[in-house]
Amino acid sequence: MGMTLAEKILAAHCGEKEVRPGQFINARVDLVLASELSGVLIVEEFEKLRGAKILDPQKVVFVMDHFTPAKDIQSAEIVKRCREFARKHGILFYDVGRAGIQHILLPEQGLISPGDLIAGADSHTCTYGALGAFGTGVGSTDAVAAMALGELWLRVPESALFLYHGRPPKWVGGKDLILYTIGAIGVEGARYQAMEFRGEALEFLGVPDRFTMANMAIEAGAKTGLFAPDEKAREFVRRAGGRLTEAAHWSSDPDAGYAAVHEYDTSGFEPFIAEPFLPENVRPVSEVAGLEIDQVVIGMCTNGTLEDLRAAAEILRGREIHPRVRAIIIPGSQKVYLDAVREGLIEVFVTAHCAVSTSTCGPCLGGHMGVLAQGERCVSTSNRNFRGRMGHPESEVYLANPYVAAASAVAGSIASPDML
Amino acid sequence: MILRGKAWRFGDHVDTDAIIPARHCNTSDPAILAQHCMEDADPEFVTKVRWGDLIVAGLNFGCGSSREVAPITIRAAGVSAVVAKSFARIFFRNSINIGLPILECPEAVEGIAQGDTVEIDPSQGRIVNLTRGTEFRAAPFPDFLQRIIDRGGLMPYVEEQLATRAKNDSLSGVTHGSG
Repeated sequence: MGMTLAEKILAAHCGEKEVRPGQFINARVDLVLASELSGVLIVEEFEKLRGAKILDPQKVVFVMDHFTPAKDIQSAEIVKRCREFARKHGILFYDVGRAGIQHILLPEQGLISPGDLIAGADSHTCTYGALGAFGTGVGSTDAVAAMALGELWLRVPESALFLYHGRPPKWVGGKDLILYTIGAIGVEGARYQAMEFRGEALEFLGVPDRFTMANMAIEAGAKTGLFAPDEKAREFVRRAGGRLTEAAHWSSDPDAGYAAVHEYDTSGFEPFIAEPFLPENVRPVSEVAGLEIDQVVIGMCTNGTLEDLRAAAEILRGREIHPRVRAIIIPGSQKVYLDAVREGLIEVFVTAHCAVSTSTCGPCLGGHMGVLAQGERCVSTSNRNFRGRMGHPESEVYLANPYVAAASAVAGSIASPDML
Repeated sequence: MILRGKAWRFGDHVDTDAIIPARHCNTSDPAILAQHCMEDADPEFVTKVRWGDLIVAGLNFGCGSSREVAPITIRAAGVSAVVAKSFARIFFRNSINIGLPILECPEAVEGIAQGDTVEIDPSQGRIVNLTRGTEFRAAPFPDFLQRIIDRGGLMPYVEEQLATRAKNDSLSGVTHGSG
């Protein structure tokens, strides 16, 4: 029996010809990643570790993005400890003004290549599957182990295949495909598995849609979410200055084994919304439309690319947001921000009375830059709508794509662009 | 090591934001984190839980973020072990890595009510409900993981690996890496 893409990547990282689901391996890690939240624990653990040095500082990257620019004194202190650690050990370090949200930033910086194994002390490290890299979220202690040993223990996951057919209608993007999928299989529907995304529907979508879909693999419990790299992915990596090896042409063998195969026809899709308090509570936007909202957040690691901002601007151009609503727009990186300035997107947003922020994960996890009060309701392009995720335990987050988020900001209630 | 305490019941999909909300994650001090353990799932939890008590939960416990402070907070709040129908994978790794005993056993979860006194032998996967006189067995860990658990977590394992490498290197005159 052949191997899936996930199995091929893992086999290549443990020096085996083949690996099988369930097998425990020590896999060589190409990049270790952390934010300041996971970074501060890494610093503490690493300093306690006898005889440890970082095997290859160029394979360790800290991105200050969660509570930055520092939201309070404690956050400033943990960022400071990460900064000092980075300076001392010579690791890659992205600070305010050079940073971005890590999962937008790293691919853009050419740090992610097809076939790589990335251990990120952030659960959305699975985003890199968009480029055919096996990104997986780990804890700080795992990250320390990978920094010191250059490898990580992994259980080879079963793969689950997701096939998307048909042509997705207007206003439907990667966000809707992945929300639908999570709604269909549930938040533990792919627990411990590698999700693999395929099908002709994806031909109509771009690489940013793949980032969105891979990003939310964790919301189905998956270890990673993979797209076999094609010419679009290779072109993305080429432009970013990343490496292209033979792995940039890998895909699953025709006789590879899957734990499950799920097929969806996207031609009848409309944009989807995930209602509180789980990403699996998915309904078509038409069924939720009209629900009054207080805030909209557009951006985050799920939908923070230039293409996402273009989608929001397409709706907001020449319009103003509803007087009751605050809309916060957060470009995913300095580069995305600058490109958005040059294209005039930021002018569209400011004219529409949106607040535009420097890159940060802030509101998504109730950190800063848009924390919700008791009883408030937000439409967000982020990936989680758990209780208390964006602030008060009795606030609510509705997950949506950038078109729907922008349209909802204008309408003052949940809306699809066609309803404006 | 035998653990004994009162069971605190939680449902399915207890996420890491419920275990320790991100708004409190601007510190790595376990004592401060412990004050907010399970805050958004049960705001009274930290005032009610006693040292050694257990969390008993449903499916997919610890889903969401990779924050290692989730199991750290649970341990710092005095919880001796978590029994669940299933665990989200990063929480599972983090618990093993820091040495928080976790047991996957759907039957035990069904057979333990809020407030029952439960005794656990993690090394044997034995779960006894002393209140009801029933006994359950959690699925054993694969050998690879049991070796990490037996050492008390991943760090002792890493130190051992580093020591072995240093010994081999001094024998062969090889050095690893550039740092």
